[in-house]
Amino acid sequence: MNDLLPLIVAKYNYWMYVILMMIGLYAMIAKNNLVKKVVGMNIFQTAIILFYVSIGYKTDASIPIIKSSDTAHGMVVRAADYINPLTSCLMLTAIVVSVATFGFAMALIVRIYRRYQTLEEDELRMRLSE
Amino acid sequence: MKFIALIVVSLTGALLLYGTAEFPDWGDPSSPASLHVSNYYIEKTYEETHAPNFVTAVVTDYRGFDTMFETAVIFCAGLGCFLLLRDFTGKKEHFYRHIPTGVILHVKNGKKKLTTGKEFEYMDKDWVPHDLINKTVCRILIPFIQIYALYVVAHGDYSPGGGFQGGVIFGSSLILFAISYDLQTLVERIKEKILGILAATGVLIYAGIAAICMPMGGNFIDYGKLAPLLPAGSHVRALGMLGVEIGVGIAVMAIMAIIYINIVSEGRHDEGL
Amino acid sequence: MHWPIDLIILTFVIFCAIAAITVRDLLATAILFGAYSFLMCLLWTVMGAVDVAFTEASVGAGVSTVFFVAAIFRTSRRSRD
Repeated sequence: MNDLLPLIVAKYNYWMYVILMMIGLYAMIAKNNLVKKVVGMNIFQTAIILFYVSIGYKTDASIPIIKSSDTAHGMVVRAADYINPLTSCLMLTAIVVSVATFGFAMALIVRIYRRYQTLEEDELRMRLSE
Repeated sequence: MKFIALIVVSLTGALLLYGTAEFPDWGDPSSPASLHVSNYYIEKTYEETHAPNFVTAVVTDYRGFDTMFETAVIFCAGLGCFLLLRDFTGKKEHFYRHIPTGVILHVKNGKKKLTTGKEFEYMDKDWVPHDLINKTVCRILIPFIQIYALYVVAHGDYSPGGGFQGGVIFGSSLILFAISYDLQTLVERIKEKILGILAATGVLIYAGIAAICMPMGGNFIDYGKLAPLLPAGSHVRALGMLGVEIGVGIAVMAIMAIIYINIVSEGRHDEGL
Repeated sequence: MHWPIDLIILTFVIFCAIAAITVRDLLATAILFGAYSFLMCLLWTVMGAVDVAFTEASVGAGVSTVFFVAAIFRTSRRSRD
């Protein structure tokens, strides 16, 4: 127990991300309403994106846009001055895919409601088994 | 069910937390993610592409395949919403309201439509009187939002932004128009056919610019070989990135409008929020 | 990076996430979800990923909330749990 506390203090942000992911996973499994499941899926996705973006951070580095003082004659660009751009660009695609999935999920929900007049999973299961 | 869910979630959480004990410290410049390729990207981007924003350069030039298929994913989502929800059985009768006197007209023939504007307006089932303040303020704001969206697309190389963000802002200006006025006003101004063609054109612009590099003697997304087509002395790769971002912006704008129109009217394109 | 900002915003994010899946009214879920997106955008700006933050602000707190409210408008607003 004595060495658990310094561990939590050093890596508290990873613990928060895992807690956020587990909230999203719980909503996807345990909630009855379809809309809540979709919200849980989106929480899970943004938690993963947060995890990736936090990996690319470097202490005392600036945003990934070149300062014009570095492009003047003779100045070489040092890699430790800028944060990692690779994680940001991968996560741009992930956000776009998540919004596309969200829009499509809302269209599916509207269609299910029009056919069955309910959005609760147990009632849907009863109607489908008839 | 909830008890099983709690057990599964706690087990998965405990396993993940056990795995994070060996992660590198936060903000460490020598963590494995920041070592190999990303150093090359930071050091060589400005010399090779002349675009100060590393993220846009990596996304549209070095990793251009990812962005092309991401645009295709957005296009498929819009296509899927259209196919799921669109209902082509038109309304048999329309209701119009004469604004100066408040008289309601019931037109039984489905084909005849009155022109709306200062004299007549549409009436839906849940009709509320249109707010004059709302309409005027939104009518003034929408052109400025669209100019801002075009700025964001054009300055993608120099500041945070790019094609996708500008496209979403433009699409949300169209959604604002549909909310403040009337869904049918938006559908008449920008017909559904035009929106579909715009979405496909955006994806085609991206794939087209990437494919033109091949007959000029390069690989698939190799903007450096486009130099004979552009005026001499320009930064060829930066211009290739700009063209590609315009394609992404057009596609995303059309798809946001398509998805909104189909969800809010359940495919019938008659009433809205 | 200043660790108090990080800790405070992360705590708010977790509260927003738990509240968004617990309330019974779906319109409240939509608004809480928009707030969650805004706080995530702040978190990413503080970490330096400005492109990702811009995208999340325009998409999550803009268009995504509108889709959510439009879908609730056409289906029911109450949920049983």
